[in-house]
Amino acid sequence: MSGQRARQTAGIPRRTFLKAAAGTAALTGIPGILAAGQAPAYAKGTKLHYLMQLHFVPATDKVFMDQAAEFGKQMGVEIQVERIGQNDVPTRAAAAVEMKSGPDLIQIQNNFPHLLADGAVDVGDIAEAIGKAQGGYYDLPKANAFSAGRWVAVPHDVLSWAWNYRESWLREVGYEKFPDTWEGFREMGKKLKAKGRPVGCAFGHSTNDPNNYCYALTWGFGGYEVEKDGKTVVLDKKGTLEALTLNTAMWKEAMDEGGLSWDDASNNRAFLSGSISVTGNSPSIYPVARDKFPDVYQDMNHAPMPKGPAGRFYQLPTVSVMVMKHCKEPKLAKEFIRYFMAKERYEKWFETADTFAIPPTKIWYDHPVWVKDRKNVVFRDVIKDARWPGYAGPASRKASEAMAKYILVDMYAKAIQGASPAEALKWAAGELRKIYGA
Amino acid sequence: MSTPPQETPRAAAPRRGPLRRLRQASRTERREWLFAGCLLLPALTMLALFVAYPFARGIWLSGLDSTLGREGDYVGLRNYVKLWYDSIFRRTAQNTFVYTAIATLLKLALGMAVALMLNMLVSFKRLLRASLLLPWIIPTVLSTLAWKWMFDPTFSILNWIVFHLGFVNARVDWLGGPVAAMVSVVLVNVWRGMPFFAITLLAGLQTISPDIQEAAAIDGANAWQRFWRVTWPLLMPVTMVVMLFSVIQTFADFQLVYILTGGGPANSTHLFATYAYQIGIQTGKLGEGAAASLAMFPFLFLVVIFQLWYIRRGEVR
Repeated sequence: MSGQRARQTAGIPRRTFLKAAAGTAALTGIPGILAAGQAPAYAKGTKLHYLMQLHFVPATDKVFMDQAAEFGKQMGVEIQVERIGQNDVPTRAAAAVEMKSGPDLIQIQNNFPHLLADGAVDVGDIAEAIGKAQGGYYDLPKANAFSAGRWVAVPHDVLSWAWNYRESWLREVGYEKFPDTWEGFREMGKKLKAKGRPVGCAFGHSTNDPNNYCYALTWGFGGYEVEKDGKTVVLDKKGTLEALTLNTAMWKEAMDEGGLSWDDASNNRAFLSGSISVTGNSPSIYPVARDKFPDVYQDMNHAPMPKGPAGRFYQLPTVSVMVMKHCKEPKLAKEFIRYFMAKERYEKWFETADTFAIPPTKIWYDHPVWVKDRKNVVFRDVIKDARWPGYAGPASRKASEAMAKYILVDMYAKAIQGASPAEALKWAAGELRKIYGA
Repeated sequence: MSTPPQETPRAAAPRRGPLRRLRQASRTERREWLFAGCLLLPALTMLALFVAYPFARGIWLSGLDSTLGREGDYVGLRNYVKLWYDSIFRRTAQNTFVYTAIATLLKLALGMAVALMLNMLVSFKRLLRASLLLPWIIPTVLSTLAWKWMFDPTFSILNWIVFHLGFVNARVDWLGGPVAAMVSVVLVNVWRGMPFFAITLLAGLQTISPDIQEAAAIDGANAWQRFWRVTWPLLMPVTMVVMLFSVIQTFADFQLVYILTGGGPANSTHLFATYAYQIGIQTGKLGEGAAASLAMFPFLFLVVIFQLWYIRRGEVR
């Protein structure tokens, strides 16, 4: 094939495509290639293997895979997108890092990039370019993707979170609005449980829901794990005891007492079945209700986290994309990230996610998708009050360890199971000191 | 009175080492040994690659401060010392011993009862034996997921049944409390593992001649006495073998607990394998994870030595 024809693809000249793919980012990669007057050349049979979790909003996966296919077609390479359960991704990622083979790009949650940093390529050029072009990053997604002075992952999105509740059931017990304080939340919960419609919270060993609630409650009362030095454990010196005491009381008074064995899906099922009236969750209940449970859909709404004495905070799962060191085509991998994170393509993904995902950059704050449905407006602002595990220290391997060992979640679980809040707190602080002191 | 002629005792043949035997062996014998070696080679290779090498690597890894993507430095026994002072590890050790002991004894008792009943069956033998094996042959992940649904705090079919039968008037939280969760995981393990005991013990029962039972009955032994004095001793070698396998598998169990509880609530169902996974994979500390998983080895080694000694003693008698 001649050089001219090689630069053509069906309907769209490759030069045009490459210009479009650059988007609004200030780029060095593709424009540099364009300036040289040559399209990137990859050997026939070049493949990129992209590993990601099955998304809670399946339509977004279709959008992404279509974009991946388009990129592959334009670049003359094959993009293999593999989707697995969210709990399986860390295992696959760990195996890939140790074996130095496997997926070339891995999309992973939370602060796992810190654990996998030694197996990841520095993606600072891409991450910085995207951040600069899209209004800068929020603190949380950057904290989870930036390790030991370098970008080890490119932030992709943040899973939003709010209290999901049944409006009519709250009205029945005298609440026109969702309470904005924890004491109000407790009183509301008591009345709801008395009517057989308790609040549902998870305290089991499950990745998201238990951590989302336990960290946020602790921070709301002024408690946190370590000081800014990232070493001095202060969990037992701040307001954690108050949070523990409140939660232990609420367990009996207000909550569904099956929560100790709940995983990330249990509260969704319980809410949709009408067993509980309030639960904290990402916006995954609402679209399911819309499709399959119209009564629940009409009656439900969302509310922010109540304010504690120290404020209102959230612990939100972040999603980041890593390029692995064993990837044979790291430049291609980075171009792929640049491609799907480009504004016009990311916007399509974001709109399909329908407030489930918060973009990691600030340019999307005023996007119309947030106000399309008045019940979803609350999801937009949660990112501003989000913190990372390990706060007030930096996001780190040790913070990942504490979270993976469910130290905070088990602290609350122990208090619920009968240990005094002080004993449970002492245990948790002791475990954190072993982790941070090691 | 004449005494029968006595044979002159032959001097005992001197013991020959393997090299000497090889040198003195005939061509036929050498060919046989070579053939045996060739037959053993695939199995030995598999053992070396998939058992011995990972085991040796695990021991080496447990002495490093290795993390994901980083080989780490040699730290001696530091990982083990750290585990010794780890309250979650101590709880894990306790859980594992309790889980193994109770589950194995229950599987033995129930397996024996089922084997005795199957041995007495006249009709539908094949159908019942095949059905009995179902829990054991269904993939563990699949059956455990089904059990997870049956234990679900909101939708449990078990709760529905016991509630409507009038046994309870409130929901049972099967996986919510430390004791309840441990009982539930033991229950699932027993359900899954009992068929292995039943089928193996049944095979053992069928090697016992019915004449022995009849003789005992004629001598006036009742059913319990026949079992305790005749059947149980004769079944002991088979029982010890099946117990050996069961203890090893139960002690090293992972998938059942991982799916049902993830080691919760509050670490009350963590086993060595699930805790090793949490440390090694979910926190990225491979060295410590290797140490946690190797912690089972001394106990299992002692169990194997004891049971093999017991079996050997029975054979010598």
